[in-house]
Amino acid sequence: MNSAMFIQHLLNSLTLGSLYALIAIGYTMVYGILRLINFAHSEIFMLGAYFVFWGVTLFSLPWPLAMLLSVVFTAGLGILVDRVAYRPLRDAPRISALISAIGVSFFLQNVAIVFFQAIPRAVYRPAWLENPIILGEVRLLPLTLFVPALSLLLMLGLVYVVYRTKTGLGMRAISKDIETSYLMGVPVNRIIAITFGIGSALAAASGIMWALRYPQLQPIMGGIPGFKAFIAAVFGGIGSIQGAVIGGLVLGFIEIMTVAFFPDLAGYRDAFAFILLIAILLYKPTGLLGARQEDKV
Amino acid sequence: MLKVQDLHVWYGGIHALKGVSLEVPRGRIVTLIGANGAGKSSTLRAIAGLIRNKKGVITYKDRDLTRLDPVGVVKSGIVMSPEGRRIFPHLSVFENLQLGAYSRSDADGIARDVEWVYELFPRLRERREQKGGTLSGGEQQMLAVGRALMSAPEVVMLDEPSLGLAPLLVRDVFEIIKVINERGMTVLLVEQNAFAALKIAHYAYVLETGGVALHGPGKDLLRDERVCRAYLGG
Ligand SMILES: Nc1ncnc2c1ncn2[C@@H]1O[C@H](COP(=O)(O)OP(=O)(O)O)[C@@H](O)[C@H]1O
Ligand SMILES: [Mg+2]
Repeated sequence: MNSAMFIQHLLNSLTLGSLYALIAIGYTMVYGILRLINFAHSEIFMLGAYFVFWGVTLFSLPWPLAMLLSVVFTAGLGILVDRVAYRPLRDAPRISALISAIGVSFFLQNVAIVFFQAIPRAVYRPAWLENPIILGEVRLLPLTLFVPALSLLLMLGLVYVVYRTKTGLGMRAISKDIETSYLMGVPVNRIIAITFGIGSALAAASGIMWALRYPQLQPIMGGIPGFKAFIAAVFGGIGSIQGAVIGGLVLGFIEIMTVAFFPDLAGYRDAFAFILLIAILLYKPTGLLGARQEDKV
Repeated sequence: MLKVQDLHVWYGGIHALKGVSLEVPRGRIVTLIGANGAGKSSTLRAIAGLIRNKKGVITYKDRDLTRLDPVGVVKSGIVMSPEGRRIFPHLSVFENLQLGAYSRSDADGIARDVEWVYELFPRLRERREQKGGTLSGGEQQMLAVGRALMSAPEVVMLDEPSLGLAPLLVRDVFEIIKVINERGMTVLLVEQNAFAALKIAHYAYVLETGGVALHGPGKDLLRDERVCRAYLGG
């Protein structure tokens, strides 16, 4: 393998890893606060992608506007899911919310099948993403630069919100102790809603970029990326945002590089994530950066 | 004046409070003592808005608080510092204090009150960048009190602030309670340490199995035979 190819693989890893990381952040933030695995997150990812292509094809919106609107719309949808399906169960045993999450996941998937039909649809990429950039021997798809750059920007924005704003302080507090936060006057339900909004916005961004990278849409498209991102979150230490980012990047790297160096294993691509999951559950169940979570009573 | 009338609380099927009535006049220290499980924490938690499954009337300055959520209660001027301190171990001392001011938006007032808390507890100023979890038990208690004060409350409810502290620190805690009361705050104090609590309290209620068994001025209860036998070990 020459160095030009290696650079290409590296950028591909970074692209895939960023996409996993953006989804994983939503899993980890919600889990960090509610100890809930939001199974509907995969569907949020899928819907974010559909909304853009709806906007572009049905309403002839320009791409950037369609993306922005989709992200905003999907964030609202995430907030709605929390409001309708999780918030009424806040005081119920945790398994109830988990079952509700599975229900929402099925519901959204089937709504998508009704509205968008089950047949996969091809995505037509805008021209500015089609023409490869050629640097000497390296041939780059614009997306392999665009995706990591935009993801980085989004993650920096997230870090700013979490560590530099009052809302972020509230998030960090309720992820440790909801009841005491509430006693101190933190509007817990509003902060949780914002958390769902942010997580869903990032998942939508990931879904949109995913559909550009692998240009096809279908209602079940969230399943595998969503599951892998969940594994990435567990690997990084669920509840930790930094962990989710590292987990996503590591998973992207393993997937791309294994296929690059051992092309015979390409068929087992999806299995790597599961191997990683089993390994982490066996040797370090709290993940790379995860703290021991004492169970909430 | 904070007023609780005929307060009932249920946990699932357990009837934990069975008609508690009490009054906390403005500017006073009122203490709530009683054995473990008597319902002291439940009373405070119900006032603070944490418990939904309750009956009765809670008013403050003639305003009905009974159905408010904890944010509403804090905004109406009543704050509770929970049992076991419950400071945020992963946030810095400064962030813990900021969190206590979450319901406020007057940046200047908040900055002034942070200074005030640092004056009250110079140890907190020294450790302001340190994570809450690295403080000693006594410092954590100071932080818990300071954090509660950051909401600029009129009434401070403290649930067993002396729990688990060394005797010397226990004395400090009661000193602090007197100081914040002298600065004009009303205090509702729950304590296991009945002797020390009765000594500083203007008025006291003794809870037994979810009801008020006895009440009167702190000094009187200190001399009460039943109280002595049951709670003062003599
Ligand atoms: N979360 C809870 N679930 C069930 N029972 C509870 C809960 N909290 C308190 N209780 C019960 O309510 C009663 C009063 O408890 P509490 O108010 O904590 O008493 P105290 O603070 O005086 O020790 C006790 O019998 C206790 O077991
Ligand atoms: Mg108690």
